[in-house]
Amino acid sequence: MSSAALHTTPSIGRRALQACGWAAVHLSSIIALLVAWEVFARSGAVTMFMLPPFSAVAERIWADAVNGTLWINIGLTLYRTFVGFVLACIIGIGLGIAMARTALARWFFDPIISVGFPMPKVAFLPVIILWFGVFDLSKITMVTVEAVFPIVTATVLGLQGVSHELIWSARNMGAKDRELLWQVMLPAAFPQIMTGIQVALPIALIVAVFTEMAMGGFGVGGDMMHASRFADSRGVFAGIVEIAVVGYCVVKGLAILRRRLLLWHQEAVAPSTV
Amino acid sequence: MKAALIRYSPLAILAIAWQLIAQFELVSSTALPPLTQVATAWLDLLTSGELLTNAGLSLYRGGVGLLLSIVIGAPLGIAMAWWKPVDIALSPLVEAFYPMPKSALIPVTVIWLGFGDGSKILLVFLGCMLPVTIGAFNGARSSEQVLVWSARSMGASRLRMLWDVVLPSAMPDILNGIRTALALAFILMVTSELIVARGGLGNLIGYLGANGSYDAMYGAVLTVAFLGFAADRLYQMFMQRMLAWRQVGDA
Repeated sequence: MSSAALHTTPSIGRRALQACGWAAVHLSSIIALLVAWEVFARSGAVTMFMLPPFSAVAERIWADAVNGTLWINIGLTLYRTFVGFVLACIIGIGLGIAMARTALARWFFDPIISVGFPMPKVAFLPVIILWFGVFDLSKITMVTVEAVFPIVTATVLGLQGVSHELIWSARNMGAKDRELLWQVMLPAAFPQIMTGIQVALPIALIVAVFTEMAMGGFGVGGDMMHASRFADSRGVFAGIVEIAVVGYCVVKGLAILRRRLLLWHQEAVAPSTV
Repeated sequence: MKAALIRYSPLAILAIAWQLIAQFELVSSTALPPLTQVATAWLDLLTSGELLTNAGLSLYRGGVGLLLSIVIGAPLGIAMAWWKPVDIALSPLVEAFYPMPKSALIPVTVIWLGFGDGSKILLVFLGCMLPVTIGAFNGARSSEQVLVWSARSMGASRLRMLWDVVLPSAMPDILNGIRTALALAFILMVTSELIVARGGLGNLIGYLGANGSYDAMYGAVLTVAFLGFAADRLYQMFMQRMLAWRQVGDA
């Protein structure tokens, strides 16, 4: 990370070249890993069952893509993840605002959140199944329950951390409660809320895949479990590659969205970490 | 004491609400057995020894996996921050695998190591390693340049500096990474045991649920939840002690 690059603005051509160079370096590690996988799998040190070569797995993914099951499975997993995730965002931010503003809500929910946050809530899966059955409703509920906690805590901490000068000066200029919340407090707390949301998204994906494995009903997780029952290890590894790619795209997408939404904020100037 | 009572009274209110709802059968008693019934079923599980053996098994798997992930993950992160070639080679892999939902690895670990302890330990290890690595990487990278320079000017060797300057200043980030990993370890342990396992708390929950003994199932679920909560609180206490030297300096 050269600090000179931040201050001088290199020509567009050079910047593009640099970006290409970095992409090549990044890709070369991934390609090296895939080649190592292929060579190791074909070396005879492990059986086809334990580690099918990457080419065979890629062939399988291609076949699934052509006959359409790949898109159905990925679509179902993403649908469950995102419905649960969006619900968690709405509930989490709403609850966070309520807790930051009213003492009663804070008194009631604070111990529940602080006790509930570190709990492995996936253990409640059988209870959720008991209540809501084994279809999408229970999967989405489970996703929401796990994803909501980081968002609530981030919202409360973010709102509480808004500097008093900002609030006082807004009040001084005659801002009403509602205006204060929407135009001052929420924007000021937004970076932290966004961090909570970024923590929640991978959790939502983990839980979505897990519920599909536990209850079936297609999706990438359901498909992997199905393949594993029939000792079809090619299908299992295909699922892993698929979900790794999907996870990467989704998490990267959210990071890009953050940079877009926070262009006005100081952090956009600083070099990104990881 | 009184403050704590007021603070945690909402939990008591929830428990009472649970008991009343179940008592007056506002919902069916299979969906929500009364809390008292859950308590007696839990005591039965405890006295029969079932709860203890399964909890021991789960904690063993989670603990070994987590320990391995710390022992391997933390040095890896520091090495990435300290030697550029390691960073260039590994950071794309870390970046690619970090967002991957780790529960997807459950069937693979079973293919590799079977239904027993090995596959659970491997899963927890794989799932917990990256948060620790990233914590160590961020911590070691952001260690204060002034400290590094002054250590170097006083003639510290590179390795010596790693141990005396970089490691202590990376400690808070490493410990935070481990805290994330601890929560993940519980999630992965329970999910993998629920899906495929011999023994363990997750397995016990699944078994009790399948048998329709829902009161005992609630007991086991609450036990897992409590263990996760207690582990986090204990770890926080440990963390504060480890970082006590920092607080003194800050104040």
